[in-house]
Amino acid sequence: MSGQAGRCWGRVVIGAVELQTHTVRIAVCVKQIPDPADPGKLDPDTKTLVRAEKLILDESDSYGVEMALQMAEAADGEVVVVSMAPEESFGGLRTALAMGADRAILISDEALAGSDALGTAKVLAAAMRRAEPDLILTATESTDGYTGTVPAQIAELLGLPSVTFARSVRLGDGEVTVQRQTEDGHDEVLCPLPAVLSVTAGAVEPRYPSFKGIMAAKNKPTDRLGIADLGIEAGEVGWAGARQEIVEVAPVPARQAGEVIDDDGSGHERIVAYLEELKVL
Amino acid sequence: MLGTVWVHVEPAPGGVASISLELLAAAISFGQRVEAVCAGGDPDAISATVGEHGASLLRHLELPGGALVGPLLGASLAAAVGAADDPPAAILLATSYDGRDVAGRLSARLDVPVITNVTELAASDGALVGIEPIFGGTTNVHTRFAGAGGPQLFLIRPKSFQADAVGGAPAPVADLPAVDCGASGAARVIGSNAEQAAGPKLDEAAVVVSGGRGLGEAGKYEMIEQLAELLGGAAGASRAIVDAGWVPYSQQVGQTGKVVKPDVYIACGISGATQHLVGMKNSRHIVAVNKDAEAPIFGVADLGIVGDVHQVLPRLIEALQARG
Repeated sequence: MSGQAGRCWGRVVIGAVELQTHTVRIAVCVKQIPDPADPGKLDPDTKTLVRAEKLILDESDSYGVEMALQMAEAADGEVVVVSMAPEESFGGLRTALAMGADRAILISDEALAGSDALGTAKVLAAAMRRAEPDLILTATESTDGYTGTVPAQIAELLGLPSVTFARSVRLGDGEVTVQRQTEDGHDEVLCPLPAVLSVTAGAVEPRYPSFKGIMAAKNKPTDRLGIADLGIEAGEVGWAGARQEIVEVAPVPARQAGEVIDDDGSGHERIVAYLEELKVL
Repeated sequence: MLGTVWVHVEPAPGGVASISLELLAAAISFGQRVEAVCAGGDPDAISATVGEHGASLLRHLELPGGALVGPLLGASLAAAVGAADDPPAAILLATSYDGRDVAGRLSARLDVPVITNVTELAASDGALVGIEPIFGGTTNVHTRFAGAGGPQLFLIRPKSFQADAVGGAPAPVADLPAVDCGASGAARVIGSNAEQAAGPKLDEAAVVVSGGRGLGEAGKYEMIEQLAELLGGAAGASRAIVDAGWVPYSQQVGQTGKVVKPDVYIACGISGATQHLVGMKNSRHIVAVNKDAEAPIFGVADLGIVGDVHQVLPRLIEALQARG
């Protein structure tokens, strides 16, 4: 990228040593979630998800991380992964670092417990103001909360354009060209930087961290920030800022399981008969 | 009853998206007055449809060529809420590509939260309660706004309400003034590509045939498409094979992805993770084929075949072809 994007740093000369600095900075907002293979629980008092002991990188976010890495590799850029999570939760960020991200920012604060999507977006937007990326990537929605509103909320709070449901992204000179999923197919969208993109699952094939990557991740820079570092008041986030309340949690009557048969070579006939019964055939 | 409820209506080829009609049906059961808000499309045609579905007014935003709906409509709606003589008590939007953009933008502008993934609404003391299924639809969470001020914003999942043509006259059209949204609105659509597969749309089809990891490899998804075609239905997919890149995201059925409610849903090689069940368990009839007898999908199936999809599906395809 040339200086057109306005946020490019070029080369810095310190004494006789010329430091190659990155040409584009890509921030990926990732969520660390309980392993979806373990069923979740609700706290009976607060009626929110009981935080699991160990959090992992939401698989939905692995696509954004991979996409950022590919763009950064092609443009000599920098990838910063950013996550809001309890203090001790670093496993998901470490996975992203092991995949190849350059550094991580963990935002932790007791005041953040109970934050809803808008509160989360306020925190991430504040972190973005500080990190000053050219491009902000997110998943289309998290696997556990799946509100799907955070990308547009971050963009609005920052006054930036956004292209959501991106299934392919081409980084150009101060702009990106995005294929955006639509109801009928896709739109080709041209978007100036800085911008927020949400990336669909399956858009790229996330790499597995290599052994070398896992070892290197241990020494990569990590910032730990609280809300005071971001200039956020406790009342804006967490329980206080959520301004919605859960009034009831009710079990749903289970659907009655029907007939289950072993296929003895005639299972397809049973399906045909059933479809006839339903008048589909 | 609530006061006025606004409904975000999305234009679709030939009129209005079916989800928008579902939202209007939800709105008229709770609101004293229902107004539609819409960006783009033909206002005359839309006003006739939304009037027939109970809207008393269509607030229409002229969408400049190439503009994305989210930032412009979000900002313009926020301004309209502030300027309205009769501001809305609630705004209903769809869990769609554009609906989520508009809701997110509007929420940040107005500084009010959004209650998302709503499949049912209930009224309580002049407020709406949004009911959202979690844990694969085994549990419902009821959420309402508390001290947020401003309109109550709800994102509603498709197939949650039955569209209802109540037979009203075309809604009068009011101009929804566009707000300059600066850099937020800087993205431009430079081309649109329809990729409509043959046959009905996934979320409107009477029959949906979906494939999952049990298919073993991407090439085997052809069996799913073939079966769907033979049954006049649409082909869907589990998240696992969308993540694996076998089929595009647009075909994903589940919590992330599309919610479908066909007459018959046929799950092939899908184990039935909670992620998937949320998107299909309200289908009228469910058939499952999976070689693992313990697969959770059998817990919701009306007819379960414990068998290998590579054996059962080719035979089923052959049997259907033989019927002509």
